[in-house]
Amino acid sequence: MKNLLLVSYLDIKESIRSKWFYVYSIVFGGLMALFFITGISDSAVMGFTGLSRMLLIFIQVTIIILPIFILITTVKSISADRESNVLEYMLSFPISLKDYYWGKMLGRFLTVFLPVIFALILGVIFGFTKSGDMPWSMIFLYSALLFSMCFVFLGIAFFISTMVKSTDIAIGSAFMIWIFLLAFIDIALIGLMLQGRVGDGFIITSALLNPIEVFRIGAISLFDPELTVIGPVAYYLLDTLGATMLIVYSFVYPIVLGVLFSYFGFIAFKKKDLL
Amino acid sequence: MLVDVKNVTKSFQGTKVLDDVNMQILSGDRVAMMGPNGAGKTTLIRAMLGFYHINSGKILVNGFDPIKQRVKVLEGISFIPQLPPPIKLSLDEMISFISKSSGVPKEAIYEEASKMDLDVKANKHKQFLKLSGGMKQKLLIAIALSKKSSLLVFDEPTANLDPRAREHFYKLLTNLDSSCSTLFITHRLDEIEGLVNRKIYMDLGKIVEDEKI
Repeated sequence: MKNLLLVSYLDIKESIRSKWFYVYSIVFGGLMALFFITGISDSAVMGFTGLSRMLLIFIQVTIIILPIFILITTVKSISADRESNVLEYMLSFPISLKDYYWGKMLGRFLTVFLPVIFALILGVIFGFTKSGDMPWSMIFLYSALLFSMCFVFLGIAFFISTMVKSTDIAIGSAFMIWIFLLAFIDIALIGLMLQGRVGDGFIITSALLNPIEVFRIGAISLFDPELTVIGPVAYYLLDTLGATMLIVYSFVYPIVLGVLFSYFGFIAFKKKDLL
Repeated sequence: MLVDVKNVTKSFQGTKVLDDVNMQILSGDRVAMMGPNGAGKTTLIRAMLGFYHINSGKILVNGFDPIKQRVKVLEGISFIPQLPPPIKLSLDEMISFISKSSGVPKEAIYEEASKMDLDVKANKHKQFLKLSGGMKQKLLIAIALSKKSSLLVFDEPTANLDPRAREHFYKLLTNLDSSCSTLFITHRLDEIEGLVNRKIYMDLGKIVEDEKI
């Protein structure tokens, strides 16, 4: 445990010195500031205004950029160390592979999760100064969804990072996964539905398996319990599962998926040649 | 026996890189390992350090299996790579990592480094990555020597050092405890001739020559 925390502490130190971390923090923090400056919280779209309007647009942006940011910045964590021989040197000290892998993952999780959560807090503060009300349950649930979203993409990134030996392939694979998952959010699913070439069951299952879609439905249902702003698949899921189950599923499923991917990543790290 | 390599075979994508290799290193052995590029020297070292899963055979270091008991194996080995890796940590962070993971007192590293004219304390906030090639190599050597391992593994350790630093390095090695073993991968036997008592020559994944000097 001591070495696991040591590895994670050093990974955080290394990350906060990296350019990607500044870009990542500025993008999320800056977005919130930009929303505030441009007066988005004062506008009203489909009944959303104030803090909920601001958080809603933050979600829309998060759905698109958070997965790719996490994938691209963390997919290199082990493969780049392997390529540059950093892994060879660091693992020539008596550190167990378990401590190294999970320590890296813990460190990387904190560096990707904290800037997003700070951006959310910033948004809440801005929104509160404007509207004066504090929707605690929404903030709590949205933080939980962000947590699970970060976790699942981190798990996928670590899995890729241990499976491939070249950084270029790791980044390429991460990008492909992002594009694929993004393509199958509600809009593409509507397209498939309209074409009528695949069954409804397939479309619903695709939606339920896609972590981006699950996050999207879960997050937007916090603001729009009827899910009128998104497509029919989301509406069907809401109708079938019910609002509470939908939120629970949106939180639990990505965590389970993240645990599976990171665990398989660890098995590959242990069972394959390290270099 | 410090290192016992028995009938070890390792292939990469169907190509045998180690072909039924047998080797023993005893306490106090000072070995120069030579051979052309692709002979299998680095693969053998990496298998001993637990980086590679061998296809057949057995490796024991201090009686421990490098894959199943890697922590035990690595407690007794110091390793210096050929090229310093681009570690982004500051010297202070890097030394803390080594100190905490390997139980090496920080002062011991500072002391070994000063013997090679490297003032770590004055540079401790600098990133390892930003040091000159020679300074990096000196620090890696200082770390390896301060760890007080029973086996020191050097992969062309003096490649980045100027003649004066090389001289310091060789002098430090002459002061090693007589029970400590060393394994040098080198192309220049003449440089380390006084420091070794055995030479191993590898070619095409096999040990083709193993003799006492």
